Amino acid sequence: MVTDPLPLQLVAELFPNGISRYAVGGLLVGLGVTVIYIGTGIPAGASTFLESTLSYVSDQSRFQKYVSSRNWRVVFTLGIILGAMAFAATVQSGVVTTSLYEPGTTGELYEVAGVTFWTTAVQPWRLFFGGILVGIGTRIGKGCTSGHGVCGVGSASKTSLVGVGTFLLVAIVTAQIVAALGVSP
Amino acid sequence: MSEDRHPLFIPLILVGGVIFGFGLGFSHMARPEVVLDFLQFEDLGLPFVMFGAAIVSGIAFAVLPRLRDRAPLTGNRYERRLKPFDRNVLIGGAIFGVGWGLSGICPGAAYASLGIGNVTILWALAGMFVGAYLQGYWRS
Repeated sequence: MVTDPLPLQLVAELFPNGISRYAVGGLLVGLGVTVIYIGTGIPAGASTFLESTLSYVSDQSRFQKYVSSRNWRVVFTLGIILGAMAFAATVQSGVVTTSLYEPGTTGELYEVAGVTFWTTAVQPWRLFFGGILVGIGTRIGKGCTSGHGVCGVGSASKTSLVGVGTFLLVAIVTAQIVAALGVSP
Repeated sequence: MSEDRHPLFIPLILVGGVIFGFGLGFSHMARPEVVLDFLQFEDLGLPFVMFGAAIVSGIAFAVLPRLRDRAPLTGNRYERRLKPFDRNVLIGGAIFGVGWGLSGICPGAAYASLGIGNVTILWALAGMFVGAYLQGYWRS
């Protein structure tokens, strides 16, 4: 077979872990949103959970407007955690293997009761302060990577396209600066 | 709200969440390092997750309103997710971007990260609740 090596090299360089795990994972994320939408008409995003859950413990008026949706949002989030656990117990543990999945070498693997779990090497201060800004920003900006990025873009919403463009650009600049300052991981 | 009354409402939300979380695990979006690798142009796979998901849900958002008016479990109308644009979308998006670029973590991926065993992610989750509380306190 004659193949052009240049495009292949580029693919190997730009996608060191292949494309399939990303594409398959993305299709499943979209399928999860679709299942909920078909039954309920709700385009489910993940970040409103933060405010709706705060309504259980805080009387601030801002959180009270999510009281009616807070119960199902807790269930949605538990589902996300359970689904990721199911992934850990099957594909991540090597019980189920598929050529579509490229395992990757980041972070640290550890085992509990035969299940292979994974933990990050990114420093806690980055996670905590990043988390604070994510928590503020997603709520002021009306959505996150699933609300704007998946549901909004899927709806061809101009607001969401602008939101995604804004946070992608700012995140790229931020990550480049942080890396240039020598912060790793 | 009528949403909670149909006996299948909560089970369906759970099933949808499980598929969603499995997908986040499979795509490695639940690993902050992989998101940071994308933002530093070392592995450009991430858009396949976001746009792959948006295409699937986009087909559902486009097709269902033509098939029927209302969702069976809630009676909600099938509508697109359109949010009004204002300055907050830019301000909030930029703040979110700094946080995402610093930590490599966004809300859905953070919950999934807990599921794949990433206990360190509790720092990010704690941060998110602090952040969401702060903005709620200011805006109340």
